[in-house]
Amino acid sequence: MAAPVKGPGPVKSPGHVVAPGIGGVGDSPLRPDGTLKVAGEFAYASDLWMDGMLWGATLRSPHPRARIRSIDIGPALATPGVHAVLTHEDVPGHKLYGEDHTEDQPVLAIGEVRHQGEPIALVAADHPEIARRAMERIAVDYEVLEPITDARAVIADPERLKVQPRGGIVRHQPVRVGDVDAARAQADVVVIEEFEVGIQDQAFLGPEAGLAIPSEDGGVDLYVSTQWMHNDLSQIAPCLGLDESQVHMTLAGVGGAFGGREDLSVQIHAAMLALHTGKPVKMSYNRYESFFGHVHRHPAQMRYEYGATADGKLVYADVEIILDGGAYTSSTRNVTGNAASLGVGPYEIPNIRIDAYGVYTNNPPCGAMRGFGAVQACFAYESMMDRVAAACGLSPVEFRRRNAVSQGSKLATGQVIESPAPLAEMLARLEAMPMPAACDPSDIRNLPGGASQTTHGEGVVRGVGYGVGIKNICFSEGADDLSTARVRLEVIGGEPAALVHTAAAEVGQGLVTIQAQIARTELGVQKVTIAPADNRVGDAGSSSASRQSYMSGGAVKTACEAVRAELLARAARRYGHGDLTAVGGKIVSRAAGVLGSIEDVLGGDAIEETREYHHRPTTGMDPVTGQGVTHTQLALCVHRAVVDVDVDLGLVKVVEMAAVQDVGKIINRIGVEGQIHGGSAQGLGLAVMEEIVVSGGLVRNPSFTDYLIPTILDMPPMRLDILENPDPDAPYGLRGAGEPPTLSSTPAIVAAVRDATGRALTRVPVRPEHIIQETSG
Amino acid sequence: MRVNVTVNGSQETVDDVWEGESLLYMLRERMGLPGSKNACEQGECGSCTVYLDGVPACACLVAAGQVEGREVRTVEGLAEGQPGDERLDPVQQAFLETGAVQCGFCTPGLIVQSHDLIERNPAPSDAEIREALAGNLCRCTGYEKILDAVRLAARRKAAHT
Repeated sequence: MAAPVKGPGPVKSPGHVVAPGIGGVGDSPLRPDGTLKVAGEFAYASDLWMDGMLWGATLRSPHPRARIRSIDIGPALATPGVHAVLTHEDVPGHKLYGEDHTEDQPVLAIGEVRHQGEPIALVAADHPEIARRAMERIAVDYEVLEPITDARAVIADPERLKVQPRGGIVRHQPVRVGDVDAARAQADVVVIEEFEVGIQDQAFLGPEAGLAIPSEDGGVDLYVSTQWMHNDLSQIAPCLGLDESQVHMTLAGVGGAFGGREDLSVQIHAAMLALHTGKPVKMSYNRYESFFGHVHRHPAQMRYEYGATADGKLVYADVEIILDGGAYTSSTRNVTGNAASLGVGPYEIPNIRIDAYGVYTNNPPCGAMRGFGAVQACFAYESMMDRVAAACGLSPVEFRRRNAVSQGSKLATGQVIESPAPLAEMLARLEAMPMPAACDPSDIRNLPGGASQTTHGEGVVRGVGYGVGIKNICFSEGADDLSTARVRLEVIGGEPAALVHTAAAEVGQGLVTIQAQIARTELGVQKVTIAPADNRVGDAGSSSASRQSYMSGGAVKTACEAVRAELLARAARRYGHGDLTAVGGKIVSRAAGVLGSIEDVLGGDAIEETREYHHRPTTGMDPVTGQGVTHTQLALCVHRAVVDVDVDLGLVKVVEMAAVQDVGKIINRIGVEGQIHGGSAQGLGLAVMEEIVVSGGLVRNPSFTDYLIPTILDMPPMRLDILENPDPDAPYGLRGAGEPPTLSSTPAIVAAVRDATGRALTRVPVRPEHIIQETSG
Repeated sequence: MRVNVTVNGSQETVDDVWEGESLLYMLRERMGLPGSKNACEQGECGSCTVYLDGVPACACLVAAGQVEGREVRTVEGLAEGQPGDERLDPVQQAFLETGAVQCGFCTPGLIVQSHDLIERNPAPSDAEIREALAGNLCRCTGYEKILDAVRLAARRKAAHT
């Protein structure tokens, strides 16, 4: 075994980044963090290092449900090189925490484990291998219990099938519009189908990691990769028994998130070990542990019944959606709310009955993932649209067009869509896009299965499918959604420079780029620096719900406007003119032209303003009818997928995806294209590859060998058509863009595979056996 | 144990290496070179790709002791000049300009792999790019802009030779 680690240098921590280029809103300047990232010098959470630091490790439950009779840490603690072994008894403050204001998740298991991988004990040691070996010496005596894994059974008997004190049903959200039972009589066509969505993993590449350093005020400095620092803080501080002012958080480089960093991972654990040992402690999960270290997308069981008239108008929808949230509450309440409010998608249906359930089980814990409750329902309602279209003898596009919402339409919640929602136009544009060339089987790489193909393509059939999705942007259901920005303008090196400081998490989406663009546009300066995100500035909300361009973009814009107002007030006093603007570093009067420079007005002073931004308020959903103005903004994306399917081998190759998305205003074209590409790829993964396979509450494939995400060979070329119909309530008219493409790509691909194969395909991901089983029998 | 290795052109001696450590761990935790990334540590994602004696390899699958007397080049060794004042390699520059970088965790591995592709094949077709990068997972970009980056880098490198 090695001696204590001799490390390479001082702590490598996030610093200020200067935004390169001169681009404002609408341009695509380089990423401020891009040079560091391509050079391998960007400080991700797992790269952090400090002299004398220890390595933390987490002992996790091998069982989905068991009582813990005893834990013996003695042998582990006696291991040379081990500095601490901690259990729930060592949690200094609250023993429970929760992502959504529900403290039901133990920091470390107390007497019982409720899912495989639940944390039980922590070790700090000189070397990660010492920590791992010590962990194996912790003796836990389990009484293994039969896990509760059938979500539908929980709904039937929630009082008996309780996995935890709150157990049973997390939320049942009904939606009631019109009279479904009476409407059945009007339907010429009725389609009933059941659907399933498997568990998808965010599979961000940067593992959960962080560095905790005891601070001089008795608190802790925490460098972590997260999506929402202030929500972390409100959970961490009570568990550590500290005041929030003693927990000093800085965002470490985030290697992707997609919802999987909304819940805590290493935060409290690393801090506990650091406070206990008085030393810096680093924790970094490996990929196996990561599969147990964060929540996943809820798996869903859904029953849909639609009725339509013979001429293709939907008459009613009767829907049941069951989402399995696992053992703890996490964000299941809001995921269930989304599934209910968006359960029939962007279509006008006069009679609706939806019952959406989120339930507790001993299956893997589920919470936020890109699309957040809207993805599961979208697969089902889009599959239904195809089925009903076929029953009416209409094309998928024509049937959708006849039922599509537009500006002024009502959603299932009764909410009127107040800003543009040109779904029919989007479908027309999508349908008019050129088709890819026919499959050329002379190059084996073009065939499904690629270089692994064993045929000459005799069984390859092409299919085309369409998908439509609608996603709420920003927090819904009455949440007080806010972001805070601090902007400072001063002269540095003879040039006016802006410093933008927020707690908003750059997770890869390019928020730091557009923050700089907004500052340039609003202040008329070129030089912008982005401060590291930390909790020395107010809450920015989460980098989720496609909300940061809107919310933190709005906060930066508002703070810049305040700075500009002060600058121009000073300029007005100096020059005696009132009609001033700041452009290109100059103070310009409409009447008198250029009066001087920002440097002239500021001199050695700085102007600093901090502003909170709130979007227009929403209401909750009525607990009985589901009615309410629950979303602040809605965004549409439509996809067409073209696939080649080898119907003999069950292999699918997605040949092309085309997408039309309305983003209101393109703030950064390269950035928004990247969001649509990446979101579409994750939807492709759910359609044909990605599933955490679970049996008896146990995960069977916690590795990138067995959990497959799309490679560059799986992802086809894309055609994009990005529309800009502004939302008058949003900054610059923009519409959040990150999630909608994740919704609609999945049903489009599955529809294309159905088109090629004629199979019903009611479950995603579609597997080879779903394609070939009905012909081989 | 002690490992003698040339990393990014500089001869290094690393002491106290435990026999079970990977090249990736040694680079990241003992040599101050965390550019090579630890996304899966099982050879599936390509994020830790480095040149080992001129051939791309997953540093997570190479035991530290195996590089004794050999030559390693990491993403940190591709740019010319000193940190803070470096001239990026055309592949790095192209990834930056085309939007091929989002979270960036896959980027170092993809850049080394793309660098190798263009060295071997200065004008790769799309099918050749896809084949060469098939072992590098990216979760953010959907790969479209990575293809743009490799095409751009190949064009620029060809223009300069």
